[in-house]
Amino acid sequence: MKSDIELVDENGKRLDGRTFDQLRDIKIEAGVLHRADGSCYLEWGGNKVVAAVYGPREAVPRHTQNPLRAIVNARYNMAAFSVDDRKRPGPDRRSREISKVISEALERVVLIDLFPRAAIDVNIEILDAEAGTRCAGLTAAGVALADAGIPMKDIPVSCAAGKIGAEVTDGMVNGGHVVLDLGKEEDNFGDADLPIAISPRTNEIILLQMDGHLTQDEFNKAMDLAIKGCHDVSKLQKDALINKYAADIEEVE
Amino acid sequence: MIMPIAPTIKKNYLHKLAEQQKRADGRRFEEYRPVIIETGVINKAEGSARVKIGNTQVVAGIKMDIGEPYPDTPDSGVMTTAAELIPLASPDFEAGPPRGDAIELARVVDRGIRESNAIELEKLCLSPGEKIWIVFIDIHIIDYDGNLFDAASLAALAALYDSRIPINRLSEEDQQSVKNKLEEFGVKPIEETVYDKAGNEQKTLSYFLPMREPPISCTFAKFNNAVVVDPSLDEEEIAEARLTVATDSKGAIRAMQKGLNGSFTADEIKKIIKDSLVTGNALRTQLNESTSR
Repeated sequence: MKSDIELVDENGKRLDGRTFDQLRDIKIEAGVLHRADGSCYLEWGGNKVVAAVYGPREAVPRHTQNPLRAIVNARYNMAAFSVDDRKRPGPDRRSREISKVISEALERVVLIDLFPRAAIDVNIEILDAEAGTRCAGLTAAGVALADAGIPMKDIPVSCAAGKIGAEVTDGMVNGGHVVLDLGKEEDNFGDADLPIAISPRTNEIILLQMDGHLTQDEFNKAMDLAIKGCHDVSKLQKDALINKYAADIEEVE
Repeated sequence: MIMPIAPTIKKNYLHKLAEQQKRADGRRFEEYRPVIIETGVINKAEGSARVKIGNTQVVAGIKMDIGEPYPDTPDSGVMTTAAELIPLASPDFEAGPPRGDAIELARVVDRGIRESNAIELEKLCLSPGEKIWIVFIDIHIIDYDGNLFDAASLAALAALYDSRIPINRLSEEDQQSVKNKLEEFGVKPIEETVYDKAGNEQKTLSYFLPMREPPISCTFAKFNNAVVVDPSLDEEEIAEARLTVATDSKGAIRAMQKGLNGSFTADEIKKIIKDSLVTGNALRTQLNESTSR
């Protein structure tokens, strides 16, 4: 799993010129779609994501209804043209899994007890993919939920940390740097990836996955870094929501 | 698909407006909504376009792959078109495999491009009977406010015009043979400046997907004896008949398709064709301006 690519140069800069604790460029826009109850367009590095929220509305088919609470149906879907080799349209095992973990993460923040038997549908479309689509998708979903006026405890936000540039000899992993927000090559040739999502007011962790190799120290470091990243992204989410109403706010003032 | 709800009140309202020669969004009968065409919006795609017609929004992306030709056309490339009415775009769209209306949409767009030979498929042959390029046209409906036929075909065409043959994904020797083959067919490379991750300038040769001039389609709807161009969602829901006309730059009609259970008079159809030429020309100019060719 080791490539010839040097992921870190002699100045401690990454392939795309970022420092270890630097995010890629992120652009968020709330309320971009006309039909949806709430929506969000998000660019995160080379990722382009649209999220749309419909609901709360009656859950169909009926057997999915829960008489005590609403269900959150996130549907993560990649466009056929979003990746290097065309992806066959429709859900595969990977997108089903991502849809499930995102749904569960969102159910933690949405006040689901308010809407028995209802469904809140969150559609996440990945139009262009370049490492970290689940983080970008969940972050966009958070903004779209807020834009739809869905009652929530908090606006969920997601970000990843990871490890790159370790030496691998005879299966032993040595060294390496813990970095924030893996880019494309870092995701492919890096040593570990740790995407998390949090509820930023309480730092509750609502999604966590990890693959690769991390020591306990490295894990703690990566976790702290990812949480810090989440908080930075969270500010951008709130700015996007405020910006949607900026003109109106100005008028009132 | 769930039956669209068209309450009688809405229908009466639009009918009444039509009697006064008016439409709900203030347009004249022969007035198209503002159209925005952006190309190169998806980095991973060979070519891409986002088209907005009013509130309707469509993204089309092109991917290309090397594959085997069909036995009956051993020396010609292959194109396939797929459209997805993703649940993002409307509360009435459901997830899952494409249903009737998505298939109809994809087939109408596919026919428009295929029958006009808009892609020069004969130039996409690498070795007759063995290796050819497959062009995948994927259309995503992002926001649905009527007139998907026009939006989807315009997006597909803009994305095709934006497409460069992905020679960089091939191995060195394959690259050379593909280049030779393209030059043989008279496809000229263009020099482009690209920026790598670190922001350094690099010169690269790329080949645009070989294209012929395509016809542009334009859709009309009829209700209460009024014929309107570019129907909005509300108008589509109450429409009695629909007609799509595709015209080329020389003023010839290249394809027509009528839909729904209403009817048109011959005079109405003549007027529609006249209007579609005007609108078609405006859209064609916009399409040409939006591409970097």
